[in-house]
Amino acid sequence: MSSSANPRGVTRFLLAGNGGLVLLFLYAPIILLVIFSFSGAKDPGVWGGFTFDWYRDLADDDRVQNAIGISVRVAIFSTIIATVLGTMAALALERFTFRGKKVFDALLYLPIIIPDVTMAVMMLLFFTRAFDLIDAMFGTRFAKGFWTVVVSHVAFNIAFVSVVVRARIAGMDSTLEQAAGDLYANRWQAFRHVTLPLIMPGVLGGALLALTLSLDDVVVTQFVSGPGSTTLPVYVFGLIRRDVTPLINAVSVVMLVASLVLVVASLAAQRASEGRRRRDLAIPGEEPS
Amino acid sequence: MTTTRVSTRALLTRRRLAVPLVLALGLAACGGDDDADEPAAADEPAGDAADEPAGEPADMGDTAECAADEVDGDLALYNWSEYMDPDLISAFEEQYGVTVTEDFYDSNEAMQPIIAAGGSGYDVIVPSDYMVSILIEGGDIMPLNKDAIPNYSNLLPEFESGLPYDPDGAYVAPYQWGSTGLGVNLGALGDDFPRSWGLIFDPDIRAEYGLDGKVSLLNDPRETMGAALKYLGYSLNTTDEAELQEAQDLLRDTVGALAAFDSDSYDENIGNETTLVGHGYSGNFFAQFIDSDNPDNWDYFMPEEGGTQWVDNMAVVADAPHPCTAHAFINFILDGDNGAALSNWNYYASPNEASQPMIDEAVKPFLDKATAGVDPEKIEFIRDTGDFEINFSDAFTAARG
Amino acid sequence: MSAPAIDDLPSGEEVERQLERSRRRRGFLLASPAYFYMVLFFAVPLVIVLVYSFATRTRTGGTSLSGWNLDAYRRLSEDFIIDSVVRSAVFALITTAVCLLVGYPYAYFAATRSPLVRNLMLVAVMIPFWTNFLVRNYAWRVIISTGGPISSVTETLGLGEVDLLFTRTAVVLGLVYSFLPFMILPLYASIERIDWRLVEASRDLYCSGWKSFTKIVLPLSMPGVIAGSILVFVPSLGAYVTPAILGGGKEALLGEYIVNQFLTARNWPVGASLSFVLMTVMLGATIVYFRSGGKNL
Repeated sequence: MSSSANPRGVTRFLLAGNGGLVLLFLYAPIILLVIFSFSGAKDPGVWGGFTFDWYRDLADDDRVQNAIGISVRVAIFSTIIATVLGTMAALALERFTFRGKKVFDALLYLPIIIPDVTMAVMMLLFFTRAFDLIDAMFGTRFAKGFWTVVVSHVAFNIAFVSVVVRARIAGMDSTLEQAAGDLYANRWQAFRHVTLPLIMPGVLGGALLALTLSLDDVVVTQFVSGPGSTTLPVYVFGLIRRDVTPLINAVSVVMLVASLVLVVASLAAQRASEGRRRRDLAIPGEEPS
Repeated sequence: MTTTRVSTRALLTRRRLAVPLVLALGLAACGGDDDADEPAAADEPAGDAADEPAGEPADMGDTAECAADEVDGDLALYNWSEYMDPDLISAFEEQYGVTVTEDFYDSNEAMQPIIAAGGSGYDVIVPSDYMVSILIEGGDIMPLNKDAIPNYSNLLPEFESGLPYDPDGAYVAPYQWGSTGLGVNLGALGDDFPRSWGLIFDPDIRAEYGLDGKVSLLNDPRETMGAALKYLGYSLNTTDEAELQEAQDLLRDTVGALAAFDSDSYDENIGNETTLVGHGYSGNFFAQFIDSDNPDNWDYFMPEEGGTQWVDNMAVVADAPHPCTAHAFINFILDGDNGAALSNWNYYASPNEASQPMIDEAVKPFLDKATAGVDPEKIEFIRDTGDFEINFSDAFTAARG
Repeated sequence: MSAPAIDDLPSGEEVERQLERSRRRRGFLLASPAYFYMVLFFAVPLVIVLVYSFATRTRTGGTSLSGWNLDAYRRLSEDFIIDSVVRSAVFALITTAVCLLVGYPYAYFAATRSPLVRNLMLVAVMIPFWTNFLVRNYAWRVIISTGGPISSVTETLGLGEVDLLFTRTAVVLGLVYSFLPFMILPLYASIERIDWRLVEASRDLYCSGWKSFTKIVLPLSMPGVIAGSILVFVPSLGAYVTPAILGGGKEALLGEYIVNQFLTARNWPVGASLSFVLMTVMLGATIVYFRSGGKNL
């Protein structure tokens, strides 16, 4: 890290303070829901003595477990597909010109702009009409379910991934990649060892955003899912109509712990591979020391 | 420059590609079931939709040829959240040797487009009264085969026939019923207070009982405009613009005195004293009160000016994959014991005559409060008002401007 | 361009054109999976809704495609709709400004840490969002209501009870909470790649810290600022769940009106037309924004 990049003195103090406050703000409700997931009272916000009851209920509740399973699978599939497609789109848009680029550019903004209920209705109409059409033409009957949810999530996630990745690529100079080309690296090698590490923070950010959006979507999911493909947010949305119980807090804590494990594992994997890369190739990575 | 020209051409190409596909999809929509009001309107321009007799479904649809207790596969149930006792589901699965898949919705309005689009894959849905008439008109639910539902006669006479949305009980079987009214904190209001919508809409009453900022209304155009209309002495199904305008003005004057428009946690709000008077559904209030430390601290009533009664009903989706299992399931729920188990589990009233004796003593007095003490003439079902639905929705938005 | 033309061999121009063509082909190949995906699974469905926006609501709330008209678009000029658009835009602007003011220093600080710390700081922003968003909103409800932690703190300090629940402040707080990561992620992505040697050079030339920030760091991170602002402003404009839970739904907002048109009023033409006007305006504004400032940085 260069000296002038690293703020000093009062600036540093203020920046660190802001960082701390942001984290406090972000975690305040999380701390609260972790605490109240152990509360014996049925009302949220009322402390009713320490208990594991809600976790025990959760362990017995097939419907919630089922919903969690579907949510996680949808999130993983849609994040992977959207991250790959979105990153390719971002590279194409920032580094190349091609036919229909402007239309593509505009098309990639629309999922961010569209109201979620409008997208929900349009995907519902699209899938039912398309399936009717396929049935009439080929005699094969498709039904809405897990995969229509994944397809719809990818449709909005591509846009979010590409926006974040483009913010990373925009203005980044391409001399390193050209140098790799001059050194007779083939395109894949140049991409794998030069471009990808450079844009990785953007890709990671985009993937995190996609994962979050997928785990939180209610409206689109509700309209494109079929029997047996209710996701956790859709289930919770209905549940809250009746009661906000600490069971929902317990569900959140389980999701939180699961994702933490996932993140720690992937960070460890990333560090390991970065170490390997630095040993294998003496290419200056993104962090000059 | 070059790029501009190229991308314009690409745009044109894309459009040529897209248009026929969309037309094909759009035409499929015309023949579809979301607008049976105008059957195949775009296919034959001569057909005039307005000639269609109102209220009569374009296509009565075929009922299922099923015998009692016959099953033809697994069941896909699409129901309100927390509305079905899981033990009943297990019992049904065991008795009939089928698997039940349950999915949940949070409002009639979220369920209807999914069913109306067709191909939903669901067998049984549980729409409320006004939604039943919309689904019937859309041809989205099939007439019941009463031979397969011998328990239909278990229903109380007033629910077996004569319901305004399905007078002959041809399409649906009532599941549970309740009302929309006010939950109140007796500790704060005492025993002697007007049992009126005035608790929310009358500034003097609010001031007298210290209710300013302590009342909530549902965040729902029909229910909330309906409450204001009832307070003013009008029908909650009015299609008179002047009456609706009056209700809109009243609501506009009331917004400042509200804690919130809340359809999700009005029951918890009253429980933790964020509010003292809440507008909401009977069963949710009962659940909140019965489970609290001192159930006597609260009361629920329908205001004396009248209000909404509603019935949720079981219906078989028109393109249900397994209509016979669907009929068997409806018959199973209409069983006396099962109907009672349902009410004991979710605190909503049962339309089932055979169930009444088996309802818990702790629950029964609450259930009786749904419409108690109100002139039956003043109790109404919400009905679909056709184009006037737009006016209701707009008035609700404009009142909060 | 300046290559000497030799007969028999392709001219320099010809070679460049071929190279250019091959680059274009590669660009298109790279874009094509996402391109075709978006056309099939977004553009085509979108055209169906566009068609619906010119249709008519039937008496029962279906949509009739016979007799196309502009009625749905005409309705949008009604005062109360415009009011709700303005109200939503004000909330969205405030939310975006707060997110930028809080998020930029966070992203900057994170980007200047060691690789391990910066990854941790980035992931730390996202972790809370892997719980359910309704649950988070309800947790905020407990925090800001009377008797909640905030109120207890102010009471201990002798400032009296504070009840933020069901206020406009609560709406802004909830929106900032919901969309802050959308600001931080692109900001981080663009600040982190800045070539700090430029900053060093400016300091060598006796620029003050503030000046080298405004002259170098800020302009270089502008793509992130723009992307983040769009990602925050747009969803805040259409937000309706958070305002309802924390604000009590006492002010009619655009997002809720659109939902009501599709669901309670079952008036799909108006819902569709409102969505299209909104999307056109936002897309237009984004393009103008990029043309006017974003691209010549």
